[in-house]
Amino acid sequence: MHGFANPARFLGIAKPLTPWLAWGGLLLIVIGAIAGLYFSPADYLQGQSVRILYVHVPAAWLGMGGWTGLAIASLMQFVWRHPLSGIAARAIALPGALFTALCLATGSIWGRPTWGTWWEWDGRMTSMLVLLFLYFGYIALANASDERGSVSRVTAIFGLVGAVNIPIINRSVVWWNSLHQRPSITLQGSSIDNAILWPLGFTTLGFTLLFGAIVLMRMRASLAEIKVDARLKRMAAS
Amino acid sequence: MNAMLLIIRRDLAASFRAGGALLPVAFFLLVATLFPFAVGPDAQLLARTGGGVLWVAALLAALLPVERVIAPDRDSGVLDQIALRGVSDEMLALAKMIAHWLGFGPPLMIATLPAAALLNLSGETLGRLEAGLAIGTPGLAALGVIISAITAGLRGAGALAGLLMLPLAVPLVIFGAGSLGEFGGGGLKLLAASSLLLVAIAPFAAGAAIRAGRE
Repeated sequence: MHGFANPARFLGIAKPLTPWLAWGGLLLIVIGAIAGLYFSPADYLQGQSVRILYVHVPAAWLGMGGWTGLAIASLMQFVWRHPLSGIAARAIALPGALFTALCLATGSIWGRPTWGTWWEWDGRMTSMLVLLFLYFGYIALANASDERGSVSRVTAIFGLVGAVNIPIINRSVVWWNSLHQRPSITLQGSSIDNAILWPLGFTTLGFTLLFGAIVLMRMRASLAEIKVDARLKRMAAS
Repeated sequence: MNAMLLIIRRDLAASFRAGGALLPVAFFLLVATLFPFAVGPDAQLLARTGGGVLWVAALLAALLPVERVIAPDRDSGVLDQIALRGVSDEMLALAKMIAHWLGFGPPLMIATLPAAALLNLSGETLGRLEAGLAIGTPGLAALGVIISAITAGLRGAGALAGLLMLPLAVPLVIFGAGSLGEFGGGGLKLLAASSLLLVAIAPFAAGAAIRAGRE
């Protein structure tokens, strides 16, 4: 784990990996989107609006997965003081917030024709909205501290405390059985028909790869910023 | 133990010198006054929604003193002095939490009596609200101490504290308002559970934040 604590070694892997993740992700998203729009049937009940699924589910997964990754990075920073973990957590926060917002927006647009309402104060939606505010809080907290590129250990504590919300989101549809459906895809299989399901695999994997590429790019930008800073300081000192 | 009592007494004295519970209580009552202006003074509507409004008002009032819980002592070096005496940061956070709660919890519960009259709450609702506040305000105090320790020494700490604390307080408000109905026993239990959880983790989270803030 600490093998990648050396930024040069990390960059040696991150740099060639970024274009593969970004272009591979975009390609998968395009395939998934074309398949989802033209080659999958409309739902017998929801009609065409079911196609929002192909954006909504990956966005929800990345919003929650983002904070999970952020919490793991915070733990690594807090316990092992891994020098890259703070940079990683900070890099995750913005795309995580973006995908959470995307999940809420697509869910709202999907809810209007199928549920007849833009918004319902149901457990899943409320906890997801709370997650968005947690992201905002984390970003504001990270910006308020003086650490350059990375985050302070105090910010890492907030990342860990906020992780309480993740299991709540995950279980919310089971605990409060309200408007949002229960999980369709579980370890036991899927209750979605294969004809509708298969493009979802493409978009989910595609958005995930794209997420990884964005995080790597943001981490590289942070490292570059730190480097510029250090160089300016050295030049000023000599 | 002795040191803890001393810290609690000192914090309470400091908070009374700074105006004491006047600020949160006045704020709480002001929100209770503004609400009827905003939705119209319909007695039935107020009776139905008033309990939840008072929960939101209590949350906002609990947010007000958060800036003053940790930051002044941190800036003046008192926290370091206490740590040098051998008091652990967790113990200090626990003492701060108790003092913070004593500073706004009971006063808010007293202020709820006139506020309930302003909002035309029935006797039963008032009873449930007081029970919920008695159980829920320690959770708010615990959250306040965590956020106070996290934001101490940052630029724009006040606005930041609100942004960080309000989302985490959502369960308390949901269950607190949920306990107001006729069959609110379940809501009260869930409120007690979330409040207990917050009180249990607060000394450790806030203590860790105080220690991390020294670096």
